[in-house]
Amino acid sequence: MGTATLEKNDSAGPVDSAENSASHLITVTLRIRRFNPEVSDEPQWQDFTLEIDPKERVLDALHKIKWEIDGTLTFRRSCAHGICGSDAMRINGRNRLACKTLIKDIGPDKPITVEAIKGLTVLKDLVVDMDPFFQAYRDVMPFLITSGNEPTRERYQSAEDRERFDDTTKCILCAACTSSCPVFWNDGQYFGPAAIVNAHRFIFDSRDEAGEQRLEILNDKDGVWRCRTTFNCTDACPRGIEVTKAIQEVKRALITRRF
Amino acid sequence: MSTTETTETANGAATEPTDDVALFDVDHPAPVIEPPRKRTAKTPKASRGNFEMQTWLFMRLSGIVLVVLVLGHLLIQLVLDGGVSKIGFAFVAGRWASPFWQVWDLAMLWLAMLHGANGLRTVINDYAERDNTRFWLKMLLYVATVFTVLLGTLVIFTFDPNIR
Ligand code: SF4
Ligand code: FES
Repeated sequence: MGTATLEKNDSAGPVDSAENSASHLITVTLRIRRFNPEVSDEPQWQDFTLEIDPKERVLDALHKIKWEIDGTLTFRRSCAHGICGSDAMRINGRNRLACKTLIKDIGPDKPITVEAIKGLTVLKDLVVDMDPFFQAYRDVMPFLITSGNEPTRERYQSAEDRERFDDTTKCILCAACTSSCPVFWNDGQYFGPAAIVNAHRFIFDSRDEAGEQRLEILNDKDGVWRCRTTFNCTDACPRGIEVTKAIQEVKRALITRRF
Repeated sequence: MSTTETTETANGAATEPTDDVALFDVDHPAPVIEPPRKRTAKTPKASRGNFEMQTWLFMRLSGIVLVVLVLGHLLIQLVLDGGVSKIGFAFVAGRWASPFWQVWDLAMLWLAMLHGANGLRTVINDYAERDNTRFWLKMLLYVATVFTVLLGTLVIFTFDPNIR
């Protein structure tokens, strides 16, 4: 979907599309929560009004603002196609990827609010300090751990064994889940859904041998037991991962010690 | 956090808010707003054994038992046999003469108190931001819980139907 939008934009060019298809452009207001420590210690909401095709994405609107209106607007994005996970933000009060959210889907007749994800230090505008998030990720040892000699060929795995953790392999580490979690907002020492999702990806991998160790890490007082089953993470995940279910499976594995 | 301070449209967006320009600039940036407690490489890898898992399990199991105990209790006390009007000293004395009801009430007291206290403990853990606040709130909670549980247990076991 994203690709189609971009191609159209490229081929038509901004001038052409404005002339030929001005009819389907709509006027939207983006209300962006801006913070610049070099100007003020208080975040401020700033409105930007622009003409845009409703089938464009919020990221395109942000680009338009940054490129044509106010170059100081700061946000992260890299792939622009929902793969890199760098542009999670709170749009109309919900965590989403700006590059996967179409303007027409989020009620463009009212101002669209855009703010940084919550629970992490805002460095500037929509950019947050992701270090605590990646620290929790590191703490669950998100890499294959095995013993013995390395096989000369690949490590085999049956389709069913692969299926067991398929859902959690889709994570792009965007932090939409962790920063939508009310436990994390108040206590950033909680591992957070994303770290648990990525631990799940290895705990239930038949090739990995450090499941016990990872379970012990998540058994800690800031581990899975702090989950209140709010389902905010499942709602927030742009990859459609059943995050809360993965957390519950880790809890169950901790109790039954079967995984 | 003001919502309308800089409500600017496309054309006027380049102007900066002017009220606190003197306070912060490139060399003297404002402090960023940090979350109350955040994870660092030094975050204690505290291992409290299985305590959190056991309390989590306890919440589920005591919850199930409490559904039976509390609903049964309410039914007997408030619905069956004349409803609430029958409850008096004699009714309580009669019930507590039987060990069955003593055990029922005792189990209900302990489970409900511990279930509630543990629930509040997690709420305090979730929402108290400063270590000191958290510590004292929990102390208060534990003292209140122990006091209520002991007092209730004492009453159930030392209840004297002949007291006048
Ligand atoms: S689980 Fe989903 S919401 Fe959470 S970091 Fe991964 S992709 Fe993002
Ligand atoms: S820019 Fe890469 S996920 Fe949105």
